[in-house]
Parts: sequence; structure tokens; C-alpha cells
Amino acid sequence: MNIAYSTELICFLILSAVIVSGSLAVVLLENIVYSAFLLGGVFMAVAGLYLLLNASFVAAAQILVYVGAVNVLILFAIMLVNNREKLKPIEGLKTRKLISGGVCTGLLILLLRVSIITKWNIPGPTSIGEEATERIGEHLFTDYLLPFEVASILLLMAMIGAIVLARREVSIPTDYINDLKTKKSLDDKKIPLLSGNSLK
Amino acid sequence: MLENPIGPVPLQAYLIVSAFLFCTGVWGLINSRNAVRVLMSIELMLNAVNINLMSFSSYIDGSIIRGQVFSIFVITVAAAEAAVGLAILLSLYRNRVTIDMESFNLLKW
Repeated sequence: MNIAYSTELICFLILSAVIVSGSLAVVLLENIVYSAFLLGGVFMAVAGLYLLLNASFVAAAQILVYVGAVNVLILFAIMLVNNREKLKPIEGLKTRKLISGGVCTGLLILLLRVSIITKWNIPGPTSIGEEATERIGEHLFTDYLLPFEVASILLLMAMIGAIVLARREVSIPTDYINDLKTKKSLDDKKIPLLSGNSLK
Repeated sequence: MLENPIGPVPLQAYLIVSAFLFCTGVWGLINSRNAVRVLMSIELMLNAVNINLMSFSSYIDGSIIRGQVFSIFVITVAAAEAAVGLAILLSLYRNRVTIDMESFNLLKW
């Protein structure tokens, strides 16, 4: 075993330990802010696994999209909705957790059995390594062109949908609109920002 | 069976990590009462799927790497899903002033 092998092995062990413990902490920790930051750590460890798999472009995309966008979005959502409310206790929560834990353990055992027992067709063709980025670009502009364009439309739709859903609805009183139409005395009017009963 | 000429890490090790990540995500999805944590669990599950795709792409489909292209699409859809999901969460919070999943029972029959 030369030094490259042992380095790769150690890197894999560290990254998988980070992924396993981090994902457990994301799910189990009480404080949601800790969970969000640990989720960023899990995303970075997954990007490290991609680097071990000779996929530098996807690793960079993972860091940019997940750590840079999704995780920051989740942190903003936590900041917007976090009011430390006390959750009402509900009946049967413990049994629900135990039953779902049993189901998930069963699923895990099933997946482990499949992945260990199946005779995978390895080694396949030799890995192309550093050429992967060029090959991804060729794929995206030849045989995956239609999914690529559909993905761009999907991103546009998601952006517009997120803006429409998260927009705060403003109700403007009718006399204000009438003042706007007749264009008189706009200077002393304040634009009402909040809807509700405070505006009479 | 676990011998692998490419490197010291066999394909099965990646699959085991991804299976664990997926099961953790499923458990969190079922049991979280905070709506933000549900979205985080969904992201964990999508990452597990991506690890699977990437490891198969590197070990079995090493010259064509269709799995890497597919995982880029998965990352795109995950980003869109997170944006729309958090927007839905914000508008729910405005209407209900809570993020407890147990109180979102508008569609309960």
C-alpha cells in the first residue's frame, strides 16, 4: 500500500465520518441553527467525496449551489421564522419515532444487503479523470440538450414562483388610488406598507 | 469481493455511506416537527441519491460519465425545490404564525 492509496483511504474515512455524524446531528439536534450549519458541513463533505471520485466540476457545483445558495437560503428562512415557539406535546410521539426508526433501520439493512451482495460490473471502463469537465460540457450540448433547456425553464419558473409565493400582499385603500388618479396632494400621503386593521 | 483495482475505496463503501445518509433523511422527514428541518431532510436525501449516481458513474460508467450529468440536473432541481419550498414555508408562516408541522392540516381529510 503506497502513500496515495493510504491518503485516499484516510480522506474517505474522514469524509464519511463527517457525513454520517453530521447528518445524524442535523436530524437530531434541538437547535435548528446548529442543524443548518452542520448541514453545510455535510454538503462540503459530500463535495469532498465527489473530489475523491474524480469529479471536480460536480464538486464545485455542489459547493456553489448547496453551500452557497441552498444553505444560505435555509439560514435566511430560519431567521425569518424563528420565534422559538414551544411545540405542543402530542400523544404517541415516542412510539411514532420508534416505529419510524425501525422502518428506517429496515430500509438501511435492505439497501446495505443489496449493495454488498450484488456483483457490480467493476472494473468498468477506465475513468477519464480530469477530462470529466469537458465531457460534461459535450453531454450538455449534444445528447442532453433538451433536459438542459428544460432545466433552465424550470429554474426560471421556480424563481418567479418563489417571488410570487413569498411576496407580502399589500392592500392599498381606494381613496389613495383615487388620489393617485386625480394626481392631487401626493406629497403628504404615505404609502401604506402593511395591510390589516391599522389602516382605516 | 471488495477488492478494487482503481483505488483503495471500493464502490460498496460509497453505497453504504449514501444508504445511511438516505435513511437518516427519511427518518428526519417523518419525525421533524420544524418545517425547516423537513426541507433540510429532503436535501440530505437528494445528496444521498447524488452520491449514488456519482459513484456508479465513476466506477461502472467511467468513460461516458452519464451519472455526473444526471447529478448536475439533480442539483438544479434541488435548488429550485429549496427556493419554492422555503417560499411556501414563509407564506404558511404568515398565515398560521407557526412552523409546527402538526398544525398544517389544511388538507387533512
